[in-house]
Amino acid sequence: MRVPRLPARFPYGAPTWPRGVPRPRAEGRTGVNYDTSWARRYPVRLVRAAVLDGVTRPLVHAVASPTMEGLDRLEAMTGPAIFAANHASHIDTPLLLTALPERIRHRTAIAAAADTFFDKEWKAALSAFGIGAIPIERVRVSPQSTRLGSELIKDGWNLVIFPEGGRSPDGWGRSHRAGAAYLAQRTGAPVVPVHLDGTRRIQKKGAKGIRPSSTRVSFGQPLHPDDGEDTRTFAARVERAIAVLADEEAVGFWQARRRASAGTTPTLVGPAAPRWRRTWALGEGKRRTGGPRRWPRTSRS
Amino acid sequence: MPARSARPGFVLDVDRSTPPTLFWHGEQYHLERLPAGSRVVYPPEALPALEHPDAAIRHALLNPLGDSQPLPSLLRAGMRLTICFDDISLPLPPMRRPDVRQRVIEAVLDMAAEAGVDDVVLIAALALHRRMTEQELRHALGDRVYDAFAPQGLLTQLDAEDPESMLHLGTTDAGEDVEISKRAATSDLIVYVNINLVAMDGGHKSVATGLASYRSLRHHHNVRTMQHSRSFMDQHRSELHSSNWRMGRHIAACGIKIFQIETTLNSNTFPEQFAFLQRREWEWTARDRATFLGVSKSLDRTPARLARSIFQSIRSPHQMQSVQAGEVEAVHEVTTRNVYRQQLVEVQGQSDILTMGLPYICPYNVNSIMNPILVACLGLGYFFNLYRGKPLVREGGVVIMRHPTPWAFHPVHHPSYIDFFEQVLAETTDPLEIESKFEEGFATDPWYVHLYRTSYAYHGVHPFYMWYWCAHALQHLGGVILVGGDPKAVRRMGFKPASTMRDALEMAEDVVGRDPSITHMHTPPLLIADVK
Repeated sequence: MRVPRLPARFPYGAPTWPRGVPRPRAEGRTGVNYDTSWARRYPVRLVRAAVLDGVTRPLVHAVASPTMEGLDRLEAMTGPAIFAANHASHIDTPLLLTALPERIRHRTAIAAAADTFFDKEWKAALSAFGIGAIPIERVRVSPQSTRLGSELIKDGWNLVIFPEGGRSPDGWGRSHRAGAAYLAQRTGAPVVPVHLDGTRRIQKKGAKGIRPSSTRVSFGQPLHPDDGEDTRTFAARVERAIAVLADEEAVGFWQARRRASAGTTPTLVGPAAPRWRRTWALGEGKRRTGGPRRWPRTSRS
Repeated sequence: MPARSARPGFVLDVDRSTPPTLFWHGEQYHLERLPAGSRVVYPPEALPALEHPDAAIRHALLNPLGDSQPLPSLLRAGMRLTICFDDISLPLPPMRRPDVRQRVIEAVLDMAAEAGVDDVVLIAALALHRRMTEQELRHALGDRVYDAFAPQGLLTQLDAEDPESMLHLGTTDAGEDVEISKRAATSDLIVYVNINLVAMDGGHKSVATGLASYRSLRHHHNVRTMQHSRSFMDQHRSELHSSNWRMGRHIAACGIKIFQIETTLNSNTFPEQFAFLQRREWEWTARDRATFLGVSKSLDRTPARLARSIFQSIRSPHQMQSVQAGEVEAVHEVTTRNVYRQQLVEVQGQSDILTMGLPYICPYNVNSIMNPILVACLGLGYFFNLYRGKPLVREGGVVIMRHPTPWAFHPVHHPSYIDFFEQVLAETTDPLEIESKFEEGFATDPWYVHLYRTSYAYHGVHPFYMWYWCAHALQHLGGVILVGGDPKAVRRMGFKPASTMRDALEMAEDVVGRDPSITHMHTPPLLIADVK
């Protein structure tokens, strides 16, 4: 099934923004300045919970057929946490949100790029209401975003952050920014590494429609910053933990643990090689899941 | 003051996420999708205007630059004062009232009245341009000035073909004849009021060209000078500039006193209804898009004549950005800096192909028709020369222009253009051959001289000058392609016609090779590419 995208082409529709041109910093009521507190009031949360459970969750299950792993690792968690996940698709946010246990799901805010989800008032309102998004700056740790994130965690809210700063352009991950690690150090909340697999097949960056496929959500062991550990080192540890979860999916738990101990876990950022080799390498070691089979099953023939 | 400071110009690298780019197409505009990897040069945004223009003018007159006394000190009872001003060719499009010339001339006249100057004459510095109509003069000078001077014959327009009204001042060291208006040359003081839209305007060119005759102009309005002006916008590399400077210094050496007033305008070129024309496409609001679609679709169904009169009625919201007065060279140095501040955009390197959309207006078709020769002149003479350093397109490269280029001429304004197009270009398009074989005949043709003096016609030699403006580009380029033009008219000028931009780019590849680099000039508003 391919869901067509309807927006008209420029000039009938809105123009696209050239990749090489930085977006101006949002001013006034939009962007990082957008006040999302209204979206965390009880009546709004109630409506959002109903929509999330009654509409979003069934839709996500229909489109993404998620398999959840590692939920048991969250059971011991009592306080709020920061969920740090890899990011390849727009489907990642609703998938992760609906994959969380109910007690966490309805008290979770999503850190969303201010320049994309909060650049217009209607988009900001929709993001704040629909997924409980809060605006953060993509390129830097801004004081406003940090303050808001810290306050939410102290108020008992969980936070979902995509430390790569945006969706993967080619299927490989990108180096992590230190926002999640910094917030964890500042608030004392643990960081839960999450690996999302298969969402790129549903809708990759720049794709015009969505293509249903199976996905997998793996939760890792909550991580706390060690004493004296600096933010960058902790951020790197979170990144490695997500890479280990990805490796578990490819080679199994035990092999992944051995490779992690030996420091040979494949990185998520892929080889520093020309584009075709990166694309080529992306297919290696992956199980074929979903999608049409190229050859008929011999048992049926 | 604007809400935020004006952003400088910049070069956009086109990729798949870039929305289509606006191209002017005469009295129409189109969106074209340029190939990924192309560059688009965007002009800087309009600089803030002077908050109190009248006070700024007065300040400039009282605090002159260079070796000049304040204007009131130069004025005295019993003197002969001549105030000269730029003609209809500036600014483009014509600006909303009050025009800068009106503001400045009123300030000068106030001071002259205070000093008790009785003998004051105003001269429109036409050179070989057409005379201005009463309406155009009223627009430029305002009703107060017009009504005070015109009825008494004190508001005049230069007649460069009247031997009685011109004075030969000898020759420069380079043997160039200097012949300018006799009234100006015999005045105690010339006050010249400029509008400096581009870096080429003003300086010694004001008097040495604006008040000169054919005898004088032919020394720099010729093919050799044009080919050695690289470009007109770069004073240090412009032979046109050098020649005018020699003449200007000769005029000064003859004891003629000039008080130069130069003004620069910001690039706020189009009224609010057409704001999208000076916005970057990805910043177009829903209103911009709706306006674009509404105007564009309406123009598709509008007869050419009506479309022309609609566009010609546009009055630009240009605002004065700076004003300086005093000694010619000192003033012009500051003016040039201000023009560059508004228009200069740094560009790295040349490209194989330069694309440009040509608008409905150039300096010589205000309230008139943009004929094919003016199309060529605007593209290859003006836009091609909007550079400093090197041209935007490499030697042997291709220029692709977009304009309907109709085979149409204004019979009153451009009579000699018709014959130039029908007779001269039918025989050759080589500027040097045209200059040697035909120029003299057209320049001295009594009928053209008569129309220039008594009607509203450009001088007989004017179409030659327009073709010479293209000489540097024609020498530099490997080909010129006109998209959407009348094929017959385009071929007559030696260019290649193309129906679409895609076709044109494919045709250009035959000249410059496969996978060419492409640069598009997103203008107007005007910009000067500082090519490194």
